[in-house]
Amino acid sequence: MKYATEFRDPKAARAVLARIAGLADQIGATKARPVHIMEICGGHTHAIFRYGLDKLVHEGIEFIHGPGCPVCVLPMSRVDECVEIARRPGVIFTTFGDAMRVPGTKMSLMQAKAAGADIRMVYSPLDALELARRNPERKVVFFGLGFETTTPSTALSIQQAAREGLENFSVFCNHITVPEPIRALLDDPHMVLDGFVGPGHVSMVIGIHPYDFIARDYGKPIVVAGFEPLDLLQSVLMVLIQIRDGRAEVENQYARVVPEHGNPVSLAAIDDVYEKRPSFEWRGLGEIDRSGLRIRAKYRAYDAEETFGIGYAAGPRVVAEPEGCACGQVMTGRIKPTGCAQFGSGCTPEMPLGALMVSSEGACAAYWQYGGARISEAVE
Amino acid sequence: MNVPNRARLRDTHVTLSHGGGGRAMRDLIDEVFASAFRPDAMEDQARLSDAALAEPGARLAMTTDGFVVTPLEFPGGDIGKLAICGTVNDLAVGGARPLWLSAAFIIEEGTEIALLRRIAATMAAEADAAGVRIVTGDTKVVGRGAADGVFVTTTGVGVIPPGRDLAATHIRPGDVAIVNGVLGDHGATILAARGDLALSTDIRSDCQALGHLMEAVIAAAPGTRAARDATRGGLASALNEMAEAAGVGVGIEEEALPLRDEVKGMCEILGLDPLYLANEGTLVLFVPEAEAEAALAAMRDRPEGRGAVIVGRATGDHPGQVRMRTAFGGARIVDMLVGEQLPRIC
Amino acid sequence: MCLGIPGRIVAVTDEHRMMALAEVSGVRREVNVACILEGPIEDLLGEWALIHVGFAMARIDADEAAKTLQALQDLGEAQEAAEAMAEGAKALEGQG
Repeated sequence: MKYATEFRDPKAARAVLARIAGLADQIGATKARPVHIMEICGGHTHAIFRYGLDKLVHEGIEFIHGPGCPVCVLPMSRVDECVEIARRPGVIFTTFGDAMRVPGTKMSLMQAKAAGADIRMVYSPLDALELARRNPERKVVFFGLGFETTTPSTALSIQQAAREGLENFSVFCNHITVPEPIRALLDDPHMVLDGFVGPGHVSMVIGIHPYDFIARDYGKPIVVAGFEPLDLLQSVLMVLIQIRDGRAEVENQYARVVPEHGNPVSLAAIDDVYEKRPSFEWRGLGEIDRSGLRIRAKYRAYDAEETFGIGYAAGPRVVAEPEGCACGQVMTGRIKPTGCAQFGSGCTPEMPLGALMVSSEGACAAYWQYGGARISEAVE
Repeated sequence: MNVPNRARLRDTHVTLSHGGGGRAMRDLIDEVFASAFRPDAMEDQARLSDAALAEPGARLAMTTDGFVVTPLEFPGGDIGKLAICGTVNDLAVGGARPLWLSAAFIIEEGTEIALLRRIAATMAAEADAAGVRIVTGDTKVVGRGAADGVFVTTTGVGVIPPGRDLAATHIRPGDVAIVNGVLGDHGATILAARGDLALSTDIRSDCQALGHLMEAVIAAAPGTRAARDATRGGLASALNEMAEAAGVGVGIEEEALPLRDEVKGMCEILGLDPLYLANEGTLVLFVPEAEAEAALAAMRDRPEGRGAVIVGRATGDHPGQVRMRTAFGGARIVDMLVGEQLPRIC
Repeated sequence: MCLGIPGRIVAVTDEHRMMALAEVSGVRREVNVACILEGPIEDLLGEWALIHVGFAMARIDADEAAKTLQALQDLGEAQEAAEAMAEGAKALEGQG
C-alpha cells in the first residue's frame, strides 16, 4: 500500500527506537520519572496499541491518551438526543459505525435500532445524501460527529443538499474542535505534560498554526504526526529532541499530507456552514467554551437540532455521568485506565459504563483489547 | 424417485400457497428441490446405511447450522453454497467424513423461483463435489417481512473412523498452527456486496468445502490435534476458542498472516481488523511440530490448501490467551470480538 | 481520530458534483474531490490523496514523503553503523 507500508518498516523502527532510548537516557527519563507525551488524537492511541508501540519505546516515555476521540467525549445527553430523533416518525437516522454502541442514559443507537428505529450505518455523509435523494418521503438525518477532519465532509454535504434543494436531509451537528480542549487541559493544575504528538488529519484541514499557543503560551513542544507506526515514533523522537534542546515549537512530521496553512476549500466550507457555539459539553471534561460548532442560520433548514427542536435548540441539559465512571480523569491523564475502579469489572467492552470503553479509540478499550495492561502484568 | 417430465410450476414468485400443503407446495418441492437433490425416496425421513457405520469403533458425528446472508448471491457463492460448505466443514474439522445432509428452507413470499432454482443447483453441485448427499429436507413459506428472502438450515451427519480423535483439548505447547489460505475474503466480499458502503472490489468469497483437505492432512500428519473453521469472528475467534479449550497460549506472527491486498485495503478504509473477518473456506489446525512439514506439503497439494502457511504456535505461556507479535516486534493481545465489528471513521 | 488512508484517483465519475473514483489496494469507492481540486478535474487522474469518509481531503506530496522516508532511512543507517562499531569494539576487547 503506497504511502502506508513504507512507513511500517521494522528496520527503520529499530533505529528510531534506539535513538529514542538514547535521548530518553540523555534527558534522564526513567520509569519512575517518565517524560509524559500526550497523543491528542484517538487514531494515534489506536495505532500505539495496534502496533504495540507503548511496549517498544524506552520505559522513560509514557503516553498520555488525549481527548481526541469524538465518540469518547460525546456526552450521554447527545446520545439520548440521537435516539430521540431516530424514533421520530418518518426518520432514517444515519451514523458512522463508531457511535452505534455508545451508551446513552437509556439506550445506545444499537439498542434503539433493535427496538425498531430505522438507524443505518454509513461510510460517508454522501451516502446519507444519496438515501435522502432515494427516499423523498422520509427525513434523512446524518449524525455529524467528529473533529475538524470530518467537519468539512458534512459542510460540503450540506452545501450540496442546498444546491440540489434536498429538503429531507439534515445534520445533527456534534462537530468539535481540537485546540480548545487542549487549552483546557493545559490550564488544569493537575496536568503533567512535557509535550504533544499533534493530530495529523485534523491538521491537514486546519494547518499547524492553531497550535502556536501550545508552544508560545505554555512552552510545550508539539509535533504534528502521521498515523503509521514510523510516523508516530519519529514524532516522539522530534518531541524528545525539542525537550533536550530546551525548545518549544510546532513541528510538522507529516508534511506529505499536512500543508502549513491547511486546506483552503475545507476551511471555506466550514466557515460557510458552521459557527462556534458559545460552549459545548464534553464527556469527562464538562462544558468547554467555543469548542463546538453549530450550523449557521442560513442553513437552518439542514440543522436537525432546529428542525426537530432538540438539544441545544431546546435549552442545554447536562446529564450526570454514570456512578463510578472515571472517564474524565482518564482523559485528562490523571489516572491510567487500570486506575479506574470499574476497569474490567463494572466496565468492559461487552458492558461499557463509560465511552472510553466503547470506542476502539478509547484508551480503556485499547488497553483492554490490545492488552496494554494485561501484557505488562504478565511480563512483570 | 419419479421426477415429473413436464414442468407444472408456472409461477415466477413464491406465494403463501406454495407453503400451504397442497399441489402448489408439492410442485415447488418436486421441481425446485427434489429434482436437484434427487433423494432416494420422498419420505419424511431418510433411511441411511453405509459400510462406514458398521466398523467397530466408528462414531457418528452430527452438526446443524442455520444460514442467513445478505445478499443471497455474492461473488464466489450464494446461500446454498454456504449451507453445504459450512456444514461439511463443521463435520470435517471434527475429523468426521461427511456423508449426509438435510436442508430446510424458510422462504419469504415474493421470492423469485428462479433464484431458488439457482440456489438448489449450487447446493447439488457443491454436495457432489464434497461427496455428500442431500437426503431429506423441508420448505416453509412465511409472509413478506417475516424472513429475509431465504433462510437455510442444514444438518450434517458423518462418520468418524475408528481411532480418530480430534479435539482442541489435545493441543500441546509447541504445536504448530497452520491455515490453509488467505484470511477474510468472505467477510470483505459480503461487506462490499451489500452495497451500502459503496465499495467495489474483485474479491470473491473463499467459500469452499474442506472435507477432502482434512482427509489429506490427517493422512499425512496422523498426529493432527485439532482443527476449526474460522467462520464468524474470523481466525482470532477460532484461535481464542482453541486456546481456551486446550488451556494453552497461542502466539501468532503478524507477518505470517496471509492476506490479500484488497482485504487489507478494505480493512484500512473501514478501520476493521482482518483477523476478525469471517471466512467460509478457511481452517486453522494444530499439528505436532514434527509433522508440520508433512501437513503443509499435503495441504499445498490440494487446491483448497495451496496457500497453506504456518501462522504461529501453541505456547505454555499466557494460557487461554492469543497474542500476536506485530511486524514491528511489539506484542498485543488478540482478544475475542465484542459484538460485531463495525466500520469506523476514527 | 479520523481514519484516513492514501488512495489514487483513477477516474472522473461526475464532473458537476466533483466526484471521482479513488482506489486503495484494489478497493474502489467514489469520493468527492472538491478539497483537492486546483484546475480541471482530469488533472487529478493518477494523483494520490488522503481519503476520509468519502472525501479526498488532501493531496499527498510525493517529495515530502520521500524526504521523510530518507530521514528515517538515514537514521537506520546511522544506527547500523553505530551497532557495527559497538560490535567491533567488543571484538577488540575480546582480543585484549
